[in-house]
Amino acid sequence: MARITLDHLAHAYKPNPQAPQDYALKEINHVWSQGGAYALLGPSGCGKTTLLNIISGLVRPTRGRILFDDRDVTDLPTEARNIAQVFQFPVVYDTMTVRENLAFPLKNRHVPRDKTAQRVEEIARLLDLTSVLNRKASNLTADMKQKISLGRGLVRPDVAAILFDEPLTVIDPHLKWQLRSTLKEIHRALDITMIYVTHDQTEALTFADKVVVMHDGAVVQTGTPDELFERPAHTFVGHFIGSPGMNILPCRVEGATAYLGNESVALQRGYRSLPGTDRIELGIRPEFVRLQPKGTGLPVRIRRIDDIGRARIARVEMNGRVLAASVPENLSVSGDEAGLHLDPHHIHIYADGHLVAGEALGGHAT
Amino acid sequence: MTKTLNNKAWLLVLPVFLIVAFSAVLPLMTVVNYSVQDTFGNNQFFWNGVGWFQELLDPSTDLGGRFFDSLWRTLLFSAIILLIEVPLGIAVALSMPREGWTVALSLVLMALPLLIPWNVVGTIWQVFARSDIGLLGWVVNHLGIDYNYTGDPLDAWITIIVMDVWHWTSLVALLCYAGLKSIPDAYYQAARIDGASRWAVFRTIQLPKMRRVLLIAVLLRFMDSFMIYTEPFVLTGGGPGNATTFLSIDLVKLALGQFDLGKAAAMSLVYNLIILAICWVFYTIMTNVDAQKERAEA
Repeated sequence: MARITLDHLAHAYKPNPQAPQDYALKEINHVWSQGGAYALLGPSGCGKTTLLNIISGLVRPTRGRILFDDRDVTDLPTEARNIAQVFQFPVVYDTMTVRENLAFPLKNRHVPRDKTAQRVEEIARLLDLTSVLNRKASNLTADMKQKISLGRGLVRPDVAAILFDEPLTVIDPHLKWQLRSTLKEIHRALDITMIYVTHDQTEALTFADKVVVMHDGAVVQTGTPDELFERPAHTFVGHFIGSPGMNILPCRVEGATAYLGNESVALQRGYRSLPGTDRIELGIRPEFVRLQPKGTGLPVRIRRIDDIGRARIARVEMNGRVLAASVPENLSVSGDEAGLHLDPHHIHIYADGHLVAGEALGGHAT
Repeated sequence: MTKTLNNKAWLLVLPVFLIVAFSAVLPLMTVVNYSVQDTFGNNQFFWNGVGWFQELLDPSTDLGGRFFDSLWRTLLFSAIILLIEVPLGIAVALSMPREGWTVALSLVLMALPLLIPWNVVGTIWQVFARSDIGLLGWVVNHLGIDYNYTGDPLDAWITIIVMDVWHWTSLVALLCYAGLKSIPDAYYQAARIDGASRWAVFRTIQLPKMRRVLLIAVLLRFMDSFMIYTEPFVLTGGGPGNATTFLSIDLVKLALGQFDLGKAAAMSLVYNLIILAICWVFYTIMTNVDAQKERAEA
């Protein structure tokens, strides 16, 4: 059991990295606390697998240290770390039975036979593999194989953390839910740190207590699913999480008022000390943008309305910008012109992509 | 529903039938024809029934003894070749680089022996191994080892085997390399995490994943070595004595040297049947492996 600390960690695949863009993984400081369920979320090529492989020891970082509790393991090989990893494509040893597969890591570590057998039985029960223990592993379905991969990690009594590298990619959709809830149950039962890499926000948000969002080799935000939804720290997070993603509109801010073209929007906070940059943007989630009858709110032109099951989402155009808005149930739209209401409590202001906190509006407000 | 009868399609396959008939069926039938006849020249043939076959399969006769000697020689040769080339090929494939510019280099180097015409290979070794002017033969003799492939049967065998290993191990290695390349990195990473030793990785990952290409490699190497002709013919001409007279060389001696067409025809038919039988065994094994795999994936 261990807390995993990443200390000024960075990695470049090419030798002699100089510029920041040479790094596949830019400097990162992070602590994964013991027993947490984490998700590493980001698009393909954002460095999340690199980070995972550094933690498991398959890749040695260019700079920085990695600590398990207070022990520096940066130079320790994979097999000497108490880490298990489940890969995108299920890895099973074809020639062995399920039982032999599960026993393999213990056999390699010369654990006594009776202890191995007992441990294998335990893990098999936990993963619901008891009935197939004597079958050849190669004859099983992808989700069973993924369970075996997981089992090979769990079977080691000393395992501190299990890393998952997009483990549900090749699993049938209807089994994904099942396997994910198995993972959650195991996490609850065993008090093991789990780090789950994925590019699927649903997987990340349902699995993890804490989500680490990565973009372009850097961590852009770490937080609970709620935090990521309510207060995206970066426009990337706003856009990447949520479906549809956050509306991001270029704007001009003066004090507590944002100007979108000719229209002004009152804000809940003051922004007197915005960084001097040309890129000021207003971000608001479609859930907090409400379509209204024509003549009220901001004037927009409706392009189309999608029914996504539990809600209707309108794609509207304002000053040549397209944004998504929710359509209230009782609103019937006629014609293609309408108004838009932005909930001021959920408007965020971004400078160069980063969230600006702003000041609370007090009595001395402008 | 009425069945439309249209025989025009036969016209489309006719060219193929003709080619196969003239290239395979007719020559084979000629051989069958010869195998049941005897001739004393002048294009005069006499009916001999299954006489040649009886003689051929009876080791106590001249022909039978000669046939079985050659057959055992050839089988021994194939066995030695497989025992050396398959493990060596696997070892070479395992030590070939998997990425970087050295990959292309090693692939070209490995392919080089395969690109040399067979009788050139024979000629190269014929000169290379000569004890008077050949680099290899000269050096070996000057190291104090008495080596002369033209006089000593064992030396002749060693030379032919080394030559074949030099010529064909690359093929096994390249096939195995292709098999190894198809193993996803995740397997090796998982094995490292599971704490597997190098030997365990080979036993549990690499060997099972190479099984299919290995079967193909064994089949190809068996067939080729069982039918080997050109290289030993150039190198030793089947000698010294009959020491390296393999079935194919013996067949040519019989057919073109002694012009015993009937005996040679019977021998080539039996030779052919042996190869077909072994092919069939291999084919059965391979399809069984496939079927197992399919069942596994279902």
